Amino acid sequence: MISYRSVTKRFADGTVAVQDFSLDVPRGTLTVLAGSSGCGKTTLMRMVNRMVDPSSGQVLVDGEDVAGRDPVALRRRIGYVMQNSGLLPHRTVAQNIATVPRLNGVDRRAARRRTGEMMELVGLDAKLADRYPAQLSGGQQQRVGVARGLAADPDILLMDEPFGAVDPLVRSELQRQLRQLHGQIGTTILFVTHDMDEALALGDQIVLLRAGADIAQQGTPREFVAEPANDFVRTFLGLDRGQRTLHRERAADGSIVVVDAHGRPAGVLAEPDGRPDDGAHPGAAADGGPRPGIQDAPGA
Amino acid sequence: MNQLWEAVLWCLDPAHWTGPSGIAARSLEHLGYTLLAVVIAAAIAVPIGWWVGHTGRGRGAAVALSGAARALPTLGVLTLTALLLGIGLAGPMTAFVILAVPSILAAAYAGFEAVDRRVIDAARAQGYTGAQVLWQIEVPLGLPVLVGGLRSAALQVVATATLAAYVGAGGLGRYLFLGLKTQDYAMMLGSSLLVVVLALVLDGVFALAGRAAVPRGVTVARRGVNA
Repeated sequence: MISYRSVTKRFADGTVAVQDFSLDVPRGTLTVLAGSSGCGKTTLMRMVNRMVDPSSGQVLVDGEDVAGRDPVALRRRIGYVMQNSGLLPHRTVAQNIATVPRLNGVDRRAARRRTGEMMELVGLDAKLADRYPAQLSGGQQQRVGVARGLAADPDILLMDEPFGAVDPLVRSELQRQLRQLHGQIGTTILFVTHDMDEALALGDQIVLLRAGADIAQQGTPREFVAEPANDFVRTFLGLDRGQRTLHRERAADGSIVVVDAHGRPAGVLAEPDGRPDDGAHPGAAADGGPRPGIQDAPGA
Repeated sequence: MNQLWEAVLWCLDPAHWTGPSGIAARSLEHLGYTLLAVVIAAAIAVPIGWWVGHTGRGRGAAVALSGAARALPTLGVLTLTALLLGIGLAGPMTAFVILAVPSILAAAYAGFEAVDRRVIDAARAQGYTGAQVLWQIEVPLGLPVLVGGLRSAALQVVATATLAAYVGAGGLGRYLFLGLKTQDYAMMLGSSLLVVVLALVLDGVFALAGRAAVPRGVTVARRGVNA
């Protein structure tokens, strides 16, 4: 469990990145800090492993103030995955993944075994173990980054826009696997993103921030879509532009197509019995994930 | 053209190669001066450059110092150090070290600065200590640039080491100043040619060393994704 207690961060140049911020991140959840760039979300995340120290207030991990912990020892207990992977260019994939276990004094053989497990866990071909980061695709590098972050079996994993630099297809695959992975290992994950679709796809809990890390809304993805707290949230979600207000429309072949307020197709409606019908059923999302509420369009 | 030919003949004459003041001995002496100057300069400049690169502190001073030192007239410095330290090797050696320090210093911190900040940030976030960042990341990744600095320092010194003879020390400069006195232009030009050859050999050696200093993961990056 991570707790922020009235945290403020004022940088040397006088900018206040975070103003009196409080939040609990329950153990085992995947919490997304979302917001535009400059809202303080990365600063908040980096306070957990003391890459940034708050000017005032406390950050607690399992009830203990991190300010009293040795930063190096603390960081070796907390996984960290960043955008552009941050892999060491002169070390192989296996050496990169084994970084933290090796720093913690695990012997070479055990670290190598752990590396193999991690590569399997994140879906990396074992053949890539002796490649260098520059020989991998962007998506593969991010997988190595995730494997490195998890290799020491940390209780907490910090992820700073880890999928921001990969193409959309790879990104959604990585998001799907991260959800699956999180279900498997149950690590507490703090995930920073500016992409609200990503936040909705991943978060158990989403914390949407305005400038100065002012919480605009905190809740489940479902709550965000169904009950946006204010106009800022509506704008950030794209609700005001009709992107998440969906209607059903009948296509030429009789199936039901779901379209947004501009008539752009968002998908097809899957009915419980698996075949399209007259659209009398309430919209049930196929994978059980959070979905925007579906209204009947006047003309459908 | 004729003089050049005579200079080449002077160089190739086996009688000039043997003995304590033969070409072989003088070349070794010359090379020894060069390497000693570069080693001393590196012992001074590399720790300072690494400290500047690692901490980011004192960068302005390092830039100003190495810039100013480059502008020093070598012959003037040599004369000054010879006057201060007397005839012999100490004077010229001091001058050569002063000459070699700026390029090595600049290369040492530039090599660190060329390392991607995000890689270092990520390493710190994984729990690398400052010393581990220095020895495991900055030093190996900054090494190719440093070798480049050693290379240019060595080339500057090997050319300038000729002046050691000006204040009574040895090296290939002996022939130059002897030739000047005795109006033996073949000898003068020949000694210059020998310095040029020595410089080219040194340059080649450092080029190879520079290539060997590039970590494999970085070499494959340059060659393309599927190397």
